[in-house]
Amino acid sequence: MDRIGRIREHPGYHELVRRRRRLAWTLSAIMLVAYFGYVLLIAFDKALLARPIGAGVTSLGIPIGFGIIMLGVALTAFYVRRANGDFDARLKAVLDETGE
Amino acid sequence: MRTLWLAAFATLTVSLPAAALADGLTGAAQQQRLNWTAIAMFAAFVALTLWITRWAARRTKTASAFYTAGGGITGFQNGLAIAGDYMSAASFLGISAQIFVDGYDGLIYSIGFLVGWPVILFLMAEKLRNLGRFTFADVASYRFAQAPVRSFAAVSTLIVVAFYLIAQMVGAGQLIKLLFGLPYSYAVMIVGALMVVYVLFGGMTATTWVQIIKAVMLLSGATFMAVMVMAQFGFSLEALFARAVEVKTGLAAAAGADPAEAAERGRSIMGPGNFIRDPVSAISLGLALMLGTAGLPHILMRFFTVPDAKEARKSVLWATTWIGYFYLLTFIIGFGAIVLVATNPEFLDGAGALRGGGNMAAIHLADAVGGDVFLGFISAVAFATILAVVAGLTLSGASAISHDLYATLFRKEGDDPARELQVSRIATLVLGVVAILLGILFETQNVAFMVSLAFALAASGNFPVLILSLMWPGMTTRGAVIGGLLGVTVALVLTILSPAVWVAVLGNAAPVFPYSSPAIFSVPVAFLGIWLFSVTDRSPRAAVDRAGFADQEVRSETGVGAYQASGH
Repeated sequence: MDRIGRIREHPGYHELVRRRRRLAWTLSAIMLVAYFGYVLLIAFDKALLARPIGAGVTSLGIPIGFGIIMLGVALTAFYVRRANGDFDARLKAVLDETGE
Repeated sequence: MRTLWLAAFATLTVSLPAAALADGLTGAAQQQRLNWTAIAMFAAFVALTLWITRWAARRTKTASAFYTAGGGITGFQNGLAIAGDYMSAASFLGISAQIFVDGYDGLIYSIGFLVGWPVILFLMAEKLRNLGRFTFADVASYRFAQAPVRSFAAVSTLIVVAFYLIAQMVGAGQLIKLLFGLPYSYAVMIVGALMVVYVLFGGMTATTWVQIIKAVMLLSGATFMAVMVMAQFGFSLEALFARAVEVKTGLAAAAGADPAEAAERGRSIMGPGNFIRDPVSAISLGLALMLGTAGLPHILMRFFTVPDAKEARKSVLWATTWIGYFYLLTFIIGFGAIVLVATNPEFLDGAGALRGGGNMAAIHLADAVGGDVFLGFISAVAFATILAVVAGLTLSGASAISHDLYATLFRKEGDDPARELQVSRIATLVLGVVAILLGILFETQNVAFMVSLAFALAASGNFPVLILSLMWPGMTTRGAVIGGLLGVTVALVLTILSPAVWVAVLGNAAPVFPYSSPAIFSVPVAFLGIWLFSVTDRSPRAAVDRAGFADQEVRSETGVGAYQASGH
């Protein structure tokens, strides 16, 4: 059996792919829901985003908008941390055990 | 009273569709007097980049060096370069101008540009790196018949690059007329000649370093401006916003609005305004921005310049961080311009509009917070930005011609592989000449729609083909080519029928297609087309395509058999 075949038979490979996919789709879903939720809010309820928070002029839209940008960066950082740590370690184990 | 107000800001609003719908610079740009500080700073930038190109040229002897800098770029460097590709002059000047006029609306646009990045990382980045070598077509055609899928990818790439390039060349001409006081055609020729030199001699190495240097200059300049603005308000955003509302209220009152109406207009900059008119346009534009990012050839090719999947992930993290940071700065800069530029008669013409045109808000603010020398610096950065972006576009166009079209379709058995490198250099030269000619041809045309069209095309052609080739075992060569072409065609036709072209360019009274972006229709058409023409495909080739998925999947997930960096 060639190496690709051996990897495909390896239980660690399936575990890795399953975990990585679950994380990737969960984080994608969070980003999509946040962004399109925001877009729909703009489309249907502009007044809510324009409402001032507290006594000043700063509106609710400011922390929400900044928040989405920071959410994007935070999700990215979270994924990279998991992928470059845990996932790469699992991948290395699979590659080592299936040899050249 | 409303008409008075509108008349006063007519010059500004003319450029609004540009900032609102496209990452393109348009609107009136009057030639200014020669600005020697700016020219000197720009000359210094050019000298530095040419020196780098000379250094890069010595390393650019192989196809791998030309297309991907030999895969020797680190994640951090690549992240800066990607951010540089993204922070175009149009997004710096256009978005800050939009905030200057409308306030909050500019932020909506920035967010749309940012959110594509995390999704690219989660679903595509490492797979791209693991399967690809020089162009995204390497990935999209991995298990399919090479000639048809690569031809589709190359044609779609060249169309996207052409529209993006025209918008940048016209933007460059207008901007340089404005900032340096040079005639339009000189500006276009300088940009064209320099980009050809970078790409022709320095390949991806020079293109990447030009982009990195520019990204650092732009981020430092924007940081300085934002800090100077915030320093005037004790680093309180609330104080900045409050003053901006006050200024806008004052302007509205001066234009003849009664106090209640003036106050209303002042407050309007703190919430969403008319940027998004209807829900369909809102979602459609969001789709185009988000998915288009994942289909832009000059961005995708950057994933092949890093050594492995780990560095590819780091690139996206750095890119997202810098882009997010940049958009926060732009927001502060836009509000800073409301406070410091809109109230200063030095920056306004007789009618109360910005001197030099609507896109000048950030440039005038540079003058207001940093004086002549800093104004020169920011002007030079704006020019450098266009230069770096067009170099990347040219390289991706040349790669599509030499690596996807020539090497797969026309190369004969036994030809020297070095011939491919020669072809890409000839393609670079041809693209440079074509870009200059198109730039001059389109000087007086309204090109506002072109960048948003490029995004919509990338979202409707490259993206569906690429993502389904990675994720759907049932896809076949026939499905990829027909579905991809359908998506591109629908996006193109709907854009021509939309307000930005049918009304603004062709002069018809009402648009046939009423929404601002075609993506909400063209993207599903592409996915449906790929699905339909794949599941009904009973050809022998289809069986090979489907059978190839298992192998491709393991390689994409593990990086086994990935092209290694030649520098190792």
